[in-house]
This record gives sequence, C-alpha cells and structure tokens, in this order.
Amino acid sequence: MATATLQRPRAPRWSFVDAFLWAFRLVVVVVVAWGTVGTLRLGRYTGEQWLDFFVFGLAQGGIYALIALGYTMVYGILRMINFAHGEVFMSGAYTAYFVAAPLATSGFLNRHPLLSLSLLVAVAAVVSLSVAVLVERVAYRPLRRAPRLVPLITAIGASFFLQYAFRGLFGSGFKAYPEFELFKGQWEVFGVGILRTQAVVLASAAVLMFALYQFVMRTKVGKAMRAVSEDKDAAALMGIDVDRIIVLTFAIGGAAAGAAGILYALVFKQVHFFMGFVPGIKAFTSAVLGGIGNIPGAMLGGLFLGVVESVGPALFLDGLGIVAPYQLKDVIAFTMLVMVLIFRPQGILGERLAAKRA
Amino acid sequence: MWRAGLVFGALIWFVSLAGLVEALHARWVVDGVVSAGQVLLWGVVVASGWVGARRAPGALVSRLGWGLFSGATAGFCLGLLAWLGGQVDLRSVFINASPVLFQLLSAGLQPPQAWLAAVLAGSVLGLVGAAGAVAPKGLVRPLLAGLGAGVSLGMFQELVLLVLQPEGLAAVREWLFVASGGPTAHGVGAVALASAAAAALRPALSAGGRTVGLSFRAGRVLWIVVGIALLALLPVAGGPFVAQVLVLVGLYTLMGLGLNLEVGLAGLLDLGFVAFFAIGAYTVGLLTSVGQHGIAHWSFWAAVPVAVLVSLVAGVILGIPVLGIRGDYLAIATLGFGEIVRLLVLSDALRPWLGGSQGVLSIPKPVLGGWELSGPQHLYYLTVVASAVVAYVAWRLQESRLGRAWMAIREDEDVAEALGINLVSVKLLAYGLGAAFAGVGGAIFAVMVGSVFPHSFQLLISIQVLALIIVGGMGSIPGVVVGSAVLIGLPELLREFGEFRFLVYGAALVAMMLLRPEGLLPAAAQRRELHAEESGSALQPWAVGAGGGA
Repeated sequence: MATATLQRPRAPRWSFVDAFLWAFRLVVVVVVAWGTVGTLRLGRYTGEQWLDFFVFGLAQGGIYALIALGYTMVYGILRMINFAHGEVFMSGAYTAYFVAAPLATSGFLNRHPLLSLSLLVAVAAVVSLSVAVLVERVAYRPLRRAPRLVPLITAIGASFFLQYAFRGLFGSGFKAYPEFELFKGQWEVFGVGILRTQAVVLASAAVLMFALYQFVMRTKVGKAMRAVSEDKDAAALMGIDVDRIIVLTFAIGGAAAGAAGILYALVFKQVHFFMGFVPGIKAFTSAVLGGIGNIPGAMLGGLFLGVVESVGPALFLDGLGIVAPYQLKDVIAFTMLVMVLIFRPQGILGERLAAKRA
Repeated sequence: MWRAGLVFGALIWFVSLAGLVEALHARWVVDGVVSAGQVLLWGVVVASGWVGARRAPGALVSRLGWGLFSGATAGFCLGLLAWLGGQVDLRSVFINASPVLFQLLSAGLQPPQAWLAAVLAGSVLGLVGAAGAVAPKGLVRPLLAGLGAGVSLGMFQELVLLVLQPEGLAAVREWLFVASGGPTAHGVGAVALASAAAAALRPALSAGGRTVGLSFRAGRVLWIVVGIALLALLPVAGGPFVAQVLVLVGLYTLMGLGLNLEVGLAGLLDLGFVAFFAIGAYTVGLLTSVGQHGIAHWSFWAAVPVAVLVSLVAGVILGIPVLGIRGDYLAIATLGFGEIVRLLVLSDALRPWLGGSQGVLSIPKPVLGGWELSGPQHLYYLTVVASAVVAYVAWRLQESRLGRAWMAIREDEDVAEALGINLVSVKLLAYGLGAAFAGVGGAIFAVMVGSVFPHSFQLLISIQVLALIIVGGMGSIPGVVVGSAVLIGLPELLREFGEFRFLVYGAALVAMMLLRPEGLLPAAAQRRELHAEESGSALQPWAVGAGGGA
C-alpha cells in the first residue's frame, strides 16, 4: 500500500498522554536501576553465574533470531504479521520428533550424531517450509487486497488451527526429544566452561543466519526479494514474478523456523503442540526490536532479547526483593515488547518502513 | 477442478487421523444404521463432487463427469487410508488411528474389495454432489434443509430428550428415539420431511403472510415476544445443564459486546481483552470473598459497580500507552498487556494479595431479598438481565455521536481527526467502555464459579471472543449473540466436539474471512462495505444493503 502519510505536526502543548508516557518510562527506568543496584550490592551471584546466564541468553537468542527472520522477511514484503509463524516453527520440530525417536532407539543417533542432526534439521525445515507455504496459499493469498485487519484475523485462525490440528493428530502430551550423547557436558573455551548444547545451538544459528544473509544479499533471487519488499509494483514491472517471490519468502522463513525448532528441541529436550506460541511472540519482539523488515536487525534483536530475558530476572528483579523472579521472565520480555512498540516502533536499527506506519 | 478430489481426499485423511470421524462415530444419526462419523465422511465426498462440478467449465455432462471424477478421487484417498491402516501400524505416530477407525473406513470389507467399494461409492456420492451443483436452487435448498434437520436431530439428541422429558410427551419421545439410543428411522425421516417441506414452502408462506396483511413490523414484534418467552422458559425446560450452557453463552455475549465496541466499531484490535474480564472477576472476588484473601466481605451487589469502575479505569490506563499504535502492532501490544496481567497474577510475587495460582476462593453467591441465587438456573436470569442491559447500552452507544466517531476512526484515523474528532478521548472511551462490559462478565463469572484463578484467563478466551464477534458479524449486536450461541453454546452441547472446538474455531476464523467476511448477522454498513467491490456500479451497494437489511 503506497500511502504517503504526512508527518503530523506535533501539538506543542503538554497533554496528559505525554505526561503518562513519561511517567511510564520513568517508572521502568527507576525499577530497572533500583533493581540492578540492589542486586549488585547483594552480590548473590558470582561472575561465573552471570557468564552462564549470558551464554544461555545468547543460545536462546540465536533461536529467537532464526524465527524472527521469518517474521521480518514476510513483514518486509507484505507488511503483515504472520501470526502463524510460531506454529510453523512448532510443526517442524514436532514432526522431526517422529524421525528422531526411531533414530535414537536404533542407536543411529549416537553413532552418527552430526549426520543425524543434519537430517533432523532438514526434515524440520522441509515440514515447516511446507506448512508456511500452505498457510500463505490458503489464508493469505486470497486476501491480499482485503482490509488490513482481515489477514491478521485469518493468521490468528490459522495459528489456532495448526495448534489444535497437531494436538488432534499427535496427542496433547509432551514428547521427550532424544538427547545426543555428544552434546552432553561442557566444553572449555578460553578457560570458561560452556554447555555443549548451547555452543552447538549458537554455532548452528550463526552459520544458518550467515548463509541466509548471504542468500538474500548475494543471489539473484535474494535481490528480487529485496526489490519486491521495496516496491511490489515496480518490481513486477521489472519482470519479477511477485507471487513467486512471496511464496519463496514464506518458504525461506519457514525453513529457518524449522531449523530453529530443532535447536529449540536440543535445548529444552521436549516438544508440545503449544510450544510455538511463546517463542513466536518473542521472535516477533526480536524482529520489532531490531527494526522489522531488516534482516541483521532481527538477528541483533533476537540475541539482545535472549540475553535480557536470561540475565534480567536476576539483575533487575532480585534486588527488589521479589519472590521467585524467574517466574517473571516472560513479563520482562512482554514489557520490552510493549515498550518497543510504544516508544520506538522503528526498532534499534531504525528501519524506515516501520516509521511510516506506526 | 481435477485438484478438488485430492484436496478433499486430504481433508478425509485429516479428519480421520485427527480423531474427528471416530469421535462422531459414537453418535447415531439413525440408530443402528448411520452414525454421524459416516455422515461426515460421505459429506466430504459429496462436497468434493460439488466443488469439482462447480469448478468445471462447459456442458452439463462434462460438469457431472468432473463431479464424478472428484468424488472417485476422494473415495480413492479414503480407500488408500483404509488400506494403509491395515498394512502399517499408524498408531505409533497418529494417536487416533485406531482399529475402530479403519473398520469404519473400510466398511468392514477386506482390502481389495474395500478399496474398490470406496472408489465406487465415491463416484456415486460425487455424482450426487455434482447433481446438487447443477440442479436449480429451489430444489437443492429444501433437500439440504431436510438433511440438516435430520442430522441435527441426532447431533442434539440429548437436548431434544431433555425437552421431551415430561410424561405427557412420552409418546413423542418413544416414537422419535429408540429406548436409550439414537433416533429411529421414521423419526428422522419425519423431521427431515417436515423441514424440507417448510423450506420449500417458505417463499410461498411469506408471500401469503404479506397478502393477509401481517405487516413487517407486526411480524417483528411477534418474533421479539416469542424470543423473550423462549429465553425465559429455556432453562426451566432444559434443566441445570442447559442453564449452565446458557450462562456461559451470556458471559461470552457480555465480553463480545465489549470487544465489539473496540474491534467492531472503533477498529482497535485488542488481543488482551481477557485481562479486563479477569480484573472484573478478581475485584468481585477480593471484595466479597469470605476466605483468606477477602478484604471487605461486601455483598455482590455492592461489589459489581466497583468491579465495573475498576475495569473501566484499567481499560483507560492500558489504553493510554497504545493510543499511538495502529493495526497489527496494536494487536500485539495488547496481547503483551494481557499476558503481563496474567503472569503477574500467577506469580508468587503477588501471591500474598491475589493468591497466586490457587486464586481467590470462597466467593459467596449473590443474595437478592433474602433469596440466594445459587444454581445455574438462577444465575441464568442474572446473566440475561445483565446482557440485556449491556446490549441496550451498546445499541444506544452505537447510534450516538460517539458511535459515529468510532466508526469514523475505524475507517480512517487521519480523516477522522481532520473532521474534528478528538482521537484521544474517543479511543480511550472505546477501551474504557469495552473493558467495563467485560468487567460485568467477570463479576458474574466470579460468583458462578465461586473462585477465581489465573488459569481461567488465558489468551484463548480473548481469541474465542474475537472469533465469536467475527463469526457473528463485526459491529453487529445481534451478531454477537448469534456468534456466542454458535461458538460457545453449540460446542458445549456437543460433548464429542469438546476436544475439537478450538480446531473448529481456527478453521471458522479463516473460512469466515474467505467466504463471508461480514459474518452471519452483519451490520448493514459492514455488508455494504465488504461487498462494494462485487457490484458494478457505485449505487448498487446501497441497494443491496437496503434489500438485505430487512
């Protein structure tokens, strides 16, 4: 939609809304500062523990970043939130379980761990890709010219449908993912112990993101994708098949989400039909945080959110004397989401697209 | 068109493996002859023939042929699944792939014959569907009505049996139903015939009514009187179970009316709506509870206005920060707020005041003039009165200057602002009033359950409320009632559906948006807007709106 919104001149007077928003900011800053000082003075955690939090946050953030790529790429092209993307992520990890379980019982998984891991990632990526393309075909494509609210509602419907379809097909219980023997225990890196799973997750996420970034920036198809996200009509005039590029975008985002699903299963060791919801929202937060429509931004946002979420409860809340701060981990993430949407909808890397809309 | 059969074949696989077919198989449509699961399977095959014929171009014969082909393809897929189930143990992956299912799919036949039978039956059913697609509407509609009524008798047999409970109706009961079983063949036939006849005669009847002089207005008054009488008598006739279902429908109607102000009128998509329901419930819980967390031991009637006020203020306070956000960003931001509220209530940090995951217990029932409103049948009347009052308020708001302002910002915020609408106050009023409506629902919910805990206030509820106003028709008050009756009431009555209701919600949201974006009972303005593109001239939409608005 090419709506050239005029920049509305800010009313000079100081309305109660501005006062409220400033008060909101102030409260958050004071709480964070107070909590941090309090925690540091208590000195309950050692430096090593902080490092553990940080590395765990990075690993988690890598997963968010991979999922966030799908949100950000689709948003860049269609200006819509693919609300069902969390379920795309879930579907890959869940389906790959049915490959992982027989591999584990036959012993193949631990005889050839790297081969098995690649196989699982491939299966999850293919399934997630198919689900993403299917959702696009059924729930979004017929509505491309509909009012803005309409595709969002079908997205919510598709997300619900996928969750309960998986529940109906495979049951409502948690399924325990098999563990890799190779990834148990720790590796010493520069004299610091890092859990092997987290190192593997971080490394795989980094490799995948690098590959994706190169794909989008270097290949002809990637160029076409960037062109479509810039201006659909102009891209069509240049001979780009816009529909094909849109499908491709969903496919690539879906594949990244599927791979993220396997990494998630490595860290949390279980899958469930509802597992896509919270990571989906957090990945969306990461995408907005980094500046939606911006691929490096999504990566940065994911890592940042992962670290804040992992370090935050101990750092901000412990010092306030709050009982069981880890229960409020998601509150921190959601608060960050809301704050970014309210105060800086264009994100850290200041994407011009978002500034136009919000 | 050749794809129709494959798509519907995939659908057969899905409904079978997801457990829907087997769940419905437990219910007789005609006792000992046809089960609802079989009706579902056949229905899908017929639908494939229908779609295949509709998509096909050309002459009658070619369309019938394509319908037959689609049906045969769908039947082939069904046979394939039945065969596969006999060869491989699908159950290790698909939990619902039970022997009963494959027994049903293969109709008790052995593999080669079963497959052949499925393809043949599929062709016949596909041809039936194709015939339905090419036959004149005047013929198809009564047939569909008859079939629908016949199946409904089986689906709602518990409800029908409840109504036929009195001794005087024993003869009807025994004629319609096998003792402790499903409907009898002649019972279903009679019901189907009756409704087919009614559907066939409907055009003639309404024309007759017009000549007799039964004016439109008189007819409307008659309908309203009948409706009120039904509302008053339903729980008495149906007993506590039906009353309980109706209370739930009423609560969702209250929430739907509130969300309708925000989404339907003002176009502000709020996914954190359940927070206000929770705030209303917790306020009443804390003020009236005689248990550990009670702070005031007030009566219900004193607590309700406070709950409404607290919800209203909460709506405004959560509305202020999101004033500048639009569209899908707004949806996500409000979703974030809703989750924050739930997680805070659930946390141990606030446990001393709100009871954490155990919640607030021992909330007394309301007492009215020395008479305790205890059972669902009593609470039902409370809910109906509350819904009626709120619906009246919503209706007056909709027609007011404020309502117009809401619709204006729904259409275009910038234009609305340029027309002199104060966006800040108008939006905050939408959030506040919508939240207040949900607060009323929350208050009744608290006394209905007798305790409140955070698990009752999942995001799921917000989505359900959104689904019901969309299915009913955005911006339409009767639509909210219809939506909550269809999406909340029906699944409660159809126990087998319990597990599948959310699956159906998801599918309903997508299907409604694709096929009938204006909802079941749309507001006139929405209908005009959404169908403006289909009609050629600029004038026509108004004509359509005036014709359909009756």
